[in-house]
Amino acid sequence: MSGLTGLIDLLSWLALVAGSFCALSGGVGLLRFPDFFSRMHAAGVMDTLGAGLILFGLMLQSDHWLVLVKLLLILKLIWLTSPTSSHALAKAAIRGGARPLLGDDMPGRGKR
Amino acid sequence: MEMLVDVFLLGLLVATAVAISSTKDLFASIMLTGLYSLISAAFFVLMDAVDVAFTEAAVGAGISTLLMLSCMKLTGQYEPKPHRHRRLLGLVVVSVTGVLLLFGTLDTPNFGDDHSPIQDHLAPHYLTKSMEEIGIPNVVTSVLASYRGFDTFGETVVILTAGIGVLALLGFSPKRQSDDLDSLVAPMHHQKILRVVSKLLIPPILLFALYVQFHGDFGPGGGFQAGVIFAAAIILYAMIFGVHVARQVFRDGAIRLLAALGVLIYGSVGLLSFLSGKNFLDYSVLSDTPQHGQHWGIMLVEMGVGITVAAVMLIIFFTFSARVDKRERDGDENQRQ
Repeated sequence: MSGLTGLIDLLSWLALVAGSFCALSGGVGLLRFPDFFSRMHAAGVMDTLGAGLILFGLMLQSDHWLVLVKLLLILKLIWLTSPTSSHALAKAAIRGGARPLLGDDMPGRGKR
Repeated sequence: MEMLVDVFLLGLLVATAVAISSTKDLFASIMLTGLYSLISAAFFVLMDAVDVAFTEAAVGAGISTLLMLSCMKLTGQYEPKPHRHRRLLGLVVVSVTGVLLLFGTLDTPNFGDDHSPIQDHLAPHYLTKSMEEIGIPNVVTSVLASYRGFDTFGETVVILTAGIGVLALLGFSPKRQSDDLDSLVAPMHHQKILRVVSKLLIPPILLFALYVQFHGDFGPGGGFQAGVIFAAAIILYAMIFGVHVARQVFRDGAIRLLAALGVLIYGSVGLLSFLSGKNFLDYSVLSDTPQHGQHWGIMLVEMGVGITVAAVMLIIFFTFSARVDKRERDGDENQRQ
């Protein structure tokens, strides 16, 4: 039994660390990427994969099924709203005249 | 470790405040205000004030950002450049206020001091006797709705007053909307994905609002948050499918009546206990046993708060958007002439 709980604990820690890494790299990408759309991609990674992994890690830690259900509902909400808001943001940016940087106009160093 | 997180969050708050005051783009500063509220909410969670954090997240980061955005539609996106002497005057006022505030903090008790006056006056009574006297697990709700019910009544009246104020200033637009309802296309008509997802989300949001309303006795929640969440769902609907469609369900007269009705419910509960020979808003007369009476009273006044808050938020949003509509139509007519 203790082996199983140890395994679950390990899995949960792995998920938490991986999720934190995604969130961190998303934050770095948000600051460093060259244009609006790639920055939005970084934010999207942070929202869906980062938050998803962290929530999964927390689900493994939950000691009551009610906590599990609530975390699942939060996960579902994030998976619905975050891609939608990314989509709306991208559409608004296109309408506002922003165009993604393509290979030719990429500067050697990313400019802010 | 917790100290570190505290300092980090407070540092973020200061940075956000500086960014708000330095930007001239009102859209950015509204978004930063929302961020400021969200960070404060996180800070409140750290201090174990979950109810306050919930309110701050729902009101500060949610609905007030929305209302300010719809207000910005009326005022324009950029702040005008102030005159130089006015800038100097502003700096003087801000510095004097800041120094006075800093001076004031010298007298306040230390952060987290358990012997500060607020901790050993009434708080111990609330914390130890609440379960016995009121009988609900969430002490915040019993303090808010029962012990300090009169304060909360005042807050509800303030919200109603805000709604009346907005109506008095902006609500007298001529009744022309009803004539050409069909000619107005929903502003988000081309946003298919937004329409589908909000159709999926609005029913759960409304359900969540009701959960927050009636679960306030046991966990964080209550009338204020529930009212705001309910109104947010309607406003989301109005933004995606057109304000005129939402206004067909939530008619002007009806929401004005509801805003007043909430305060009326709250006040009537108070009057009822008054007429039964107890103090104003002493709920123990409402049922056979005092505890049961408290449950009834808290449920009723929270309902009053929820109704008023939701209705006033809708009034403010609809009034702003009607104003924007009117201005755009006037602009069209001027161009035609």
